[in-house]
Amino acid sequence: MEKGRVIKGRVWKFGDNIDTDQIYPTKFCVVSYTKEEVASHAMEASDHPNFAREAKPGDIIVGGRNFGCGSSREYAPVSLKYVGVGAVIAESFARIFYRNAFNIGLLVIEAKGISNINEGDEIEIDMELGEIRDLTTGSRYPAAAVPAGPREVFEKGGLIPYLEARYL
Amino acid sequence: MGMTVAEKILAAKSGVDRVLPGDIVQASIDVALTHEGLGPMFFPEFERFGRPIWDKDKVVITIDHFVPAADIKQAINSKLTVEFVKRHDIKQFYPYNGPSHQMIAEHGLARPGEILVGTDSHTCTAGAFGTFATGIGSTEMVAVFLEGKLWFKVPQSIKFVVTGELRFGVMAKDVVLEMLRMIGSDGANYKAIEYTGSAIENLSVDGRMVLSNMAIELGAKVGIVPPDDKTIQYVKARNDKPFTVYTADPDAVYEAIYEIDATRLEPMVAVPHNPANGVPISGIADDVRIDQAFIGSCTGGRLEDLRAAARVLKGRVAHSDVRLLVIPASREVYRKAMDEGLIEIFFNAGAIIEYPNCGPCCGLHQGILAPDEVCVTASNRNFPGRMGSPQARLYLASPATVAASAVEGRIADPRKYL
Repeated sequence: MEKGRVIKGRVWKFGDNIDTDQIYPTKFCVVSYTKEEVASHAMEASDHPNFAREAKPGDIIVGGRNFGCGSSREYAPVSLKYVGVGAVIAESFARIFYRNAFNIGLLVIEAKGISNINEGDEIEIDMELGEIRDLTTGSRYPAAAVPAGPREVFEKGGLIPYLEARYL
Repeated sequence: MGMTVAEKILAAKSGVDRVLPGDIVQASIDVALTHEGLGPMFFPEFERFGRPIWDKDKVVITIDHFVPAADIKQAINSKLTVEFVKRHDIKQFYPYNGPSHQMIAEHGLARPGEILVGTDSHTCTAGAFGTFATGIGSTEMVAVFLEGKLWFKVPQSIKFVVTGELRFGVMAKDVVLEMLRMIGSDGANYKAIEYTGSAIENLSVDGRMVLSNMAIELGAKVGIVPPDDKTIQYVKARNDKPFTVYTADPDAVYEAIYEIDATRLEPMVAVPHNPANGVPISGIADDVRIDQAFIGSCTGGRLEDLRAAARVLKGRVAHSDVRLLVIPASREVYRKAMDEGLIEIFFNAGAIIEYPNCGPCCGLHQGILAPDEVCVTASNRNFPGRMGSPQARLYLASPATVAASAVEGRIADPRKYL
């Protein structure tokens, strides 16, 4: 991640095992949708069906365990990126979602204890210190380090720009 | 210190003598699978590079989700897929024949010792043949199409040892629901599973595919059944390309070993809304009324599944409140089911028999649920919204249990009908 980068945003809180069908239902996995259409269905089948309408660019998703389990569909992280989500933080991530997120340039961070944060809190992610600060309550959570492979891809803006640098 | 099956495959395919969990390897890919659902989003990204596919004869493409297209947007996905196949002269194109994972098996493309990646999470189904098979994202497939290689972090391996014998009326699906109940839906996250023990050895190829198919429901990277004569015969009968069989070393290291006594298992039902919410059927309330019963998908639509369902349904009719849906897993399965008289049994039971495809399993079409409706399904996931309304309630069970439930109009034990 970029040194010294601080991301600040308002929390949308989700529970454990938020699967990719809740994040982005299969029926919307069609290539002829515009970016706006893809964004408009983000989190549609979750317990926050109003997410896509009400989320503001920079808002932060906080999940529990096993966030993004289920299907390999890249539309799930892509729809969150198109909404403008600043980052997704969770206790843990399902492996395909985690890898997809870096490949499409969406920041995802593992942080133990993060599900103690409340919906609507203002939080700050300090990438240099590897720390998440809840500005509403004052509590702090250590962010797990991002593995070298995904980090390198993310720093190039995703896998396509990374491959472009090599081939084009 | 020895290696597990997954470690041996990753070592061989990345050209090193040995690997350890946590190592990052660049491994060569033997088969790359995509379909019309998640392929078209990366086709133009790949073609922008202006380079040929690294080896087009290692690419497999199916049309299996939007079959046949239900609206214009779905039709566009399929059309773009056909055009891509033609432009790149891809020979292993299996459109309108059933879910990709069944195509991979039937064409002998799930081979022991190889690495298979697909833009579909249930690509892990091929692990039933000793393949290191895993789902990847669409963008990652651009890298595979360009380079024929992909980086992997060598996973920790875990092992299920299933001893004893499955009792009458207990199927592979019940075994995997028990595994999920034991370790949870992230119990194997990032890990490689090996399925071993006498009950696994005695499973048919169809049954083993159910276990590997739902490895992803445990979060696993791969779910491998070590190859034996059954595997080798199945693959050789369908594809003459040579392959290497790897088995685990006696001193291979497993992060965890889970033992299950198959003799103790009864039919299992995973209650809403997580595949790990398994309950033995004797613990299910006797008044769980259902609106829909689904036998099909890449999990529950193979010949063994249809035979079990037909044994329950023979001479019986689905309850008048229930829509019973049957979707064979492929044209080959459909043909054999016709030859064996199974389709006639389903027809006489009042079933809606649909053409091989992914269908309602992922909420696309052909059996979508309204709010508050209840479905018992032989498919793989029961998360909110998976088969339609997020307010619908999904119960996962074996095809035999689904059939018995269709007869009674409520979740029912199949053993009294078998």
